[in-house]
Amino acid sequence: MGPLFPQELISDPLNLFIAIFIGIGFGIGLEAGGFTNTRKLAGVFYGYDFVVLKVFFTAALTGAIGLFLMDSYGLIDINLTFYPKTFWIPTLIAGIVMGLGFILGGFCPGTSICAASTGKIDGIAFVGGVFIGIFGYAFTYESLFQNLRSKGGLGKANIAEKLGMSNELFIFIVLIIAIIAFIVVDKIQKRVNEKKPVEKIEELGL
Amino acid sequence: MNPYLAGFIIGLMLIAAYYFSGEGLGGSGAFKKVVVATINGVNHNYALNSAYCSPLVSEGKSPLNSWLIFEIIGVIFGAILSAAYFGRLNFKVGKSPKITNKTRIIAAIIGGILWGIGSQLGRGCTSGLVMSGMAVNALSGYIGLAAVFGGGYAFAYFFRKLWI
Repeated sequence: MGPLFPQELISDPLNLFIAIFIGIGFGIGLEAGGFTNTRKLAGVFYGYDFVVLKVFFTAALTGAIGLFLMDSYGLIDINLTFYPKTFWIPTLIAGIVMGLGFILGGFCPGTSICAASTGKIDGIAFVGGVFIGIFGYAFTYESLFQNLRSKGGLGKANIAEKLGMSNELFIFIVLIIAIIAFIVVDKIQKRVNEKKPVEKIEELGL
Repeated sequence: MNPYLAGFIIGLMLIAAYYFSGEGLGGSGAFKKVVVATINGVNHNYALNSAYCSPLVSEGKSPLNSWLIFEIIGVIFGAILSAAYFGRLNFKVGKSPKITNKTRIIAAIIGGILWGIGSQLGRGCTSGLVMSGMAVNALSGYIGLAAVFGGGYAFAYFFRKLWI
């Protein structure tokens, strides 16, 4: 029963070996989804291209539905995973900083790695920026960030539990919202592109 | 590729990551390991005494010997494979035709710096914090989702000239 590595059912080297294959699938999904093209990524914020929203929500929901189904059939115990702890104050502040970074930089770290490794020069510049940012953070951590980072700790908080509903019901609600969003964004995208066409996004391939 | 199919593939990888390794997919985590390994390589004593680096270097194991580094090596392979298949393996600058390459590169570097800081303070980026969090109904994932995309939409108007 999963998760395998935390229960020492697979060895450390095998776990790392599997990571490469999981990464390959992740990289193919990101690249094939069009995430190396920064204009597609930015499109979600301006209404001319919503591919990011579609790929992102499909991925998160596929993961959630699959994992909770497996949990209910006893194939994985989600409680034994390295379940993320919530520190709502730094996450909220950092999230807004990353939102600004998204608008300026046109990538997030994972997509920038794909863009950089497939020759996109703006992706290489972004990767360089991420390194500068993390070095800066590392050297100023104790004076600027250490205190803030552990504010608002809520432990391994589950949103469904906080809202007083079952995991299944919560995922079902998110699924319905996502399906409605997929339909609505197609209409928005069509209208935005009819009204004021954005210069052609090259190498669409979609 | 159909965006829903691409999303489905990423979702399957997310399930595999939790099933085999007990953790979600990451992006910024690998950057952190490289930074800590570099600092540790240049000045081991500094790294040992730094509250940021020491958890990763005090056991004597290299910070690069980690799941996230191997995952990102895979991501690089996967992206190159896919780009080669779709004929997108070329050097170019992705940007709106209305701005110069220089503007685009400067904006990309500043954006990267903000992500570097944000991902460390917020315990992950779009992959590790938001997507992997959402896959297990973690509250942190949904706070991250609201903040990253809410922030993006809030700032979008002011920087529209970069994109449209």
